[in-house]
Amino acid sequence: MEFLRPATWDEALAAKAEHPSALPISGGTDVMVELNFDRHRPSALLDLNRISELTAWESGRYEGQEGEVIRLGAAVPYTRITRELSAELPGLALAGNTVGSPQIRNRGSVGGNLGGASPAGDAHPALLAAGRDVLVEAESVRGTRLIPIDEFYVGVKRNSLEPDELIRAVRIPVADGPQQFSKIGTRNAMVIAVCAFGIALHPKNGTVGTGIGSAAPTPRRAVEAEEFIAGELAERGLWQSGGLIGPAAIQRFGELVAAAASPIDDVRGTAAYRRHALAVMARRTLTWTWNEYTQSLRSAA
Amino acid sequence: MRVTFTANGREVEADDVWEGESLLFMLRERLGLPGSKNACEQGECGSCTVYLDGAPVCSCLVAAGQVQDREVRTVEGLADPEGGLDEVQQAFVDAGAVQCGFCTPGLLVQSHDLLERNPQPSDNDIREALSGNLCRCTGYEKIMDAVRLASARKCSSSEVSQ
Repeated sequence: MEFLRPATWDEALAAKAEHPSALPISGGTDVMVELNFDRHRPSALLDLNRISELTAWESGRYEGQEGEVIRLGAAVPYTRITRELSAELPGLALAGNTVGSPQIRNRGSVGGNLGGASPAGDAHPALLAAGRDVLVEAESVRGTRLIPIDEFYVGVKRNSLEPDELIRAVRIPVADGPQQFSKIGTRNAMVIAVCAFGIALHPKNGTVGTGIGSAAPTPRRAVEAEEFIAGELAERGLWQSGGLIGPAAIQRFGELVAAAASPIDDVRGTAAYRRHALAVMARRTLTWTWNEYTQSLRSAA
Repeated sequence: MRVTFTANGREVEADDVWEGESLLFMLRERLGLPGSKNACEQGECGSCTVYLDGAPVCSCLVAAGQVQDREVRTVEGLADPEGGLDEVQQAFVDAGAVQCGFCTPGLLVQSHDLLERNPQPSDNDIREALSGNLCRCTGYEKIMDAVRLASARKCSSSEVSQ
């Protein structure tokens, strides 16, 4: 096995072009488990720890995205996302705070979740919910490619990166409304999600974003649920009035979220349990975010 | 490959390191620092917790080559060679927070970090900070006592010095 230690981003891209089968390692919280248990023996490890751009974030405006955007370096650890970006990216900060333990959050990052593309990755539901214009910045010596989050996950632990590409950053629009994240597990810490759900209200364009984790071959959004609830909010003028959504619509939203999943029975839970839990999480997180939204309306009035 | 880094304030060098080897293995097997314990090898138990550039991490999940030119502080580096045990270590002894002792090194490093960041943690802060460290003996109550004791001593000693 080779151990490649590029000192700069350009060197990292050159190394990945030369060794397309090299496995990138940053926090190591997934990669090292595979190595320690000898499940995977890559030809080379590509250590990204020396590349300081990857652990920085910046805010700005970018083509193809509305409003202010956080360009989050691929290796910014979850500890820092929660500490520094709770206001801008509340859903991701909440999700990040449920990752593993403090030690794991000091190393694990969104780039690692995306690179691994496990359906159970905690960042995915939050990224999907944050909007269809969340973009993964994939880079190679050939140039930069912006991959919309909905096109990024292609199969169980498979993403749409080319063999010579590395994840440089993720561009995530700053939240324009309340966001929530909910996750089922046997305890609060050190849990791989049995299933997870992320939601984001987008009052600016009248949409609702969702993301389902651990209940399908890939992370996915609940498209019909999003369209249903956005329709309800618009038809009844609720974005303006801040009125109650009501139990029937909330119930229906939960059912549509559960229907959007295609879970399996496995060691962590049954498919039926996952569907049930998703409906519960969808109802609760919709209620939480809607309450927060209506309170913000009232306090602004 | 060869890896050179700082361990507990001293520059060290490990030779013939396998590229897929963990920091934990290198510390224990090549550098004579067996304080960090090897249990789960997947970041579940926290027994191998060390500081890497000042942040506590599971050393089983760091590739040895990743610490080149960086600073590692293990449980062996908590005590002051002149002044004896660190406050956190002394509190664990005094509170009876050590039974079999296997999880203790990880808990010490993690508790040390907590009190550095937050000298007066609430019980919830302590539980949250130690949520990635498993102990199969104590039921955690004595460990909670130890961290509260270390916190009380730390705060009273800083008041005295003021």
